[in-house]
Amino acid sequence: MFNYYLQLGLRSLRRNPVLTTLMVLGIALGIGASMTTLTVFHLMGSDPIPWKSDRLHYVQMDNWSEDNPYFDDGRPPDQVTYRDAVALMEAAKADRQAAMYKISMPVQPENPEVKPFLALGRATYSDFFAMFEPRFRYGGPWDRGQDAQHARVVVLNHATNETLFGGEDSVGKSVRMDGVDYTVIGVLGEWNLRFKFYDLTNGAFNAPEEFFMPFTTAIDTKKRASGNNSCWRTPGEGWDAYLDSDCIWIVMWVQLDSAVRRAEYLSFLDSYVGEQKQLGRFPRALNNRLLDVNAWMEDQQVVSRDVEVQVGLAFAFLLVCLINTIGLLLAKFTRRAGEIGLRRALGASRGQMFAQYMIESGVVGLSGGLLGLALTGLGLIAVRSLYAQYATVAQLDWSMVATTIALSIVAAVLAGLYPTWRACRVQPAAQLKM
Amino acid sequence: MLKMTHLQKVYRTHLIETHALRDFSIHVREGEFVAVTGPSGSGKTTFLNIAGLLEEFTGGEYWLDGVDVRGLDDNARSKLRNQKIGFIFQSFNLIPDLNLFDNVDVPLRYRGFAAADRRKRIEDALTRVGLASRVKHYPSELSGGQQQRVAIARALAGSPRLLMADEPTGNLDSLMARGVMELLEEVNRQGTTIVMVTHDPELAARAQRNVHVIDGQVTDFEEEPRMRGTEQHAGNRQSDLDAMSAA
Repeated sequence: MFNYYLQLGLRSLRRNPVLTTLMVLGIALGIGASMTTLTVFHLMGSDPIPWKSDRLHYVQMDNWSEDNPYFDDGRPPDQVTYRDAVALMEAAKADRQAAMYKISMPVQPENPEVKPFLALGRATYSDFFAMFEPRFRYGGPWDRGQDAQHARVVVLNHATNETLFGGEDSVGKSVRMDGVDYTVIGVLGEWNLRFKFYDLTNGAFNAPEEFFMPFTTAIDTKKRASGNNSCWRTPGEGWDAYLDSDCIWIVMWVQLDSAVRRAEYLSFLDSYVGEQKQLGRFPRALNNRLLDVNAWMEDQQVVSRDVEVQVGLAFAFLLVCLINTIGLLLAKFTRRAGEIGLRRALGASRGQMFAQYMIESGVVGLSGGLLGLALTGLGLIAVRSLYAQYATVAQLDWSMVATTIALSIVAAVLAGLYPTWRACRVQPAAQLKM
Repeated sequence: MLKMTHLQKVYRTHLIETHALRDFSIHVREGEFVAVTGPSGSGKTTFLNIAGLLEEFTGGEYWLDGVDVRGLDDNARSKLRNQKIGFIFQSFNLIPDLNLFDNVDVPLRYRGFAAADRRKRIEDALTRVGLASRVKHYPSELSGGQQQRVAIARALAGSPRLLMADEPTGNLDSLMARGVMELLEEVNRQGTTIVMVTHDPELAARAQRNVHVIDGQVTDFEEEPRMRGTEQHAGNRQSDLDAMSAA
């Protein structure tokens, strides 16, 4: 009977094109608006590295001023000092660890046809690649030995390799940056991160960097951070004083492969800070944190309150559209009281009529959902063109396509419940001239 | 086939009670063609609604083809209605956006017949009413008489034991009406019991037996049905002693 009801539902859509268009459009608009915002919300809040997000931890230690907390609510600072980063790297107590900071360097291409340009990069340790798993197109990452040797090596991203070497395998070739020659050791493939979760302090929705080089090399060549840099007291003059200061400009991630390892590492951090207190640093109370990827995203409010409010408003709009659909379905079904009476007289039970009209509501929902999907696509194009920073999260994925269709069918079936219930209460005798 | 004894039907509002049927008794035997006549408001429509299981009754008994219908739930009544009864309405009641094939298909769908069986029944029924060549046509493309023929085909397709007709020629001119009546007589000759409600004395005269209803009661009936002279219905010539009136 399902197929029969489906045929009747489709036929009914054609029967009154104006009413059908109004209903389908109503659902489509509501679905389009709510799914556009929900898609952005869903992708912003979704786990960027689900297979290991619970093993990657963001290190926070409170080295801030005794008088003024870094955050008013008492959370520890969101970056660490050079001294502490290096100490943690050298201690190597985690399964993997990577300190990192954002740098920018002028690139001076050998090819005279390519003009020099300023590139954004990341100074980090070799573990970065094993922890965050970007795919390599050519070559691979540098190793720990090269970290130790301050090797003049660089990993280029896909686009930079395209610009400098026309997309060819450039491993072993040389790139001059800020007057120093670096050997290309690897080239990344496309790395479409929805947001740059490994460094939320410098804009979650920025694209990954154009090049990566060893942290030790960047320090060797005195590359200052081009990202956030906060100090609670003035650092001394000169590079060495800066490195020795309480200024925070480094992001520190560790990989801890079990809960036990995490507990051990937190205990290590606590004892490290305890030692530093002996040296007169870390004047505030012990306040170390190890948040995993999702907890860190939540802490940093990657999904802003604005987006939550937008989702709420869009769903309120969907509700209005559904109430409108209830009215239209009521009108449609009431007009068909005669046919309902006839079908009842010809042997349809109330349950069968209920099923027929619910499936018809579902057909309206499915049609609205398909149109709503197209509107969602348009909505996301609009979001991408209006807010460039959302370009990576304003994309439809399969789960959202399925959600859209399911939501519209469920919404239409819910909207159809009352009209269907009313329709099924029709007394057949009253509708037939007997 | 159809037996009602001391049937009551009371419509209640918060102000008044209306007795549509009171102590209503009738017995229609298998193979009969009974005309129920009476003035407007006499209760014949209520009788047909109750007989067709489209309405509940307030008291008394109603047996349809050996089944006591008291207390049956909606599903059971729908199933019984679908299996036992074919309806023919004054205004044909075809579904305008279904073609003839799909219109005749409606009761068969609820019966749960397989597709091939449904197709055969639909084709047979439309052939029987002389419209086999027009299965793809829509009701609006047919004359009133042809539409009523489709309605008869729809009523017959499920092979019901009982055909209930409500002023089946009320919306037709005399020529078409004659054609429809001849078709109904033919159907009756082939064994289907028919109960027909009508105002038209000429039409009623063509039935084997008339039952006259006034004020919700059977006031007059012919005890001896005038049966059509066919071999297979010879048994029905016996006097209808069970056709009881309320009196």
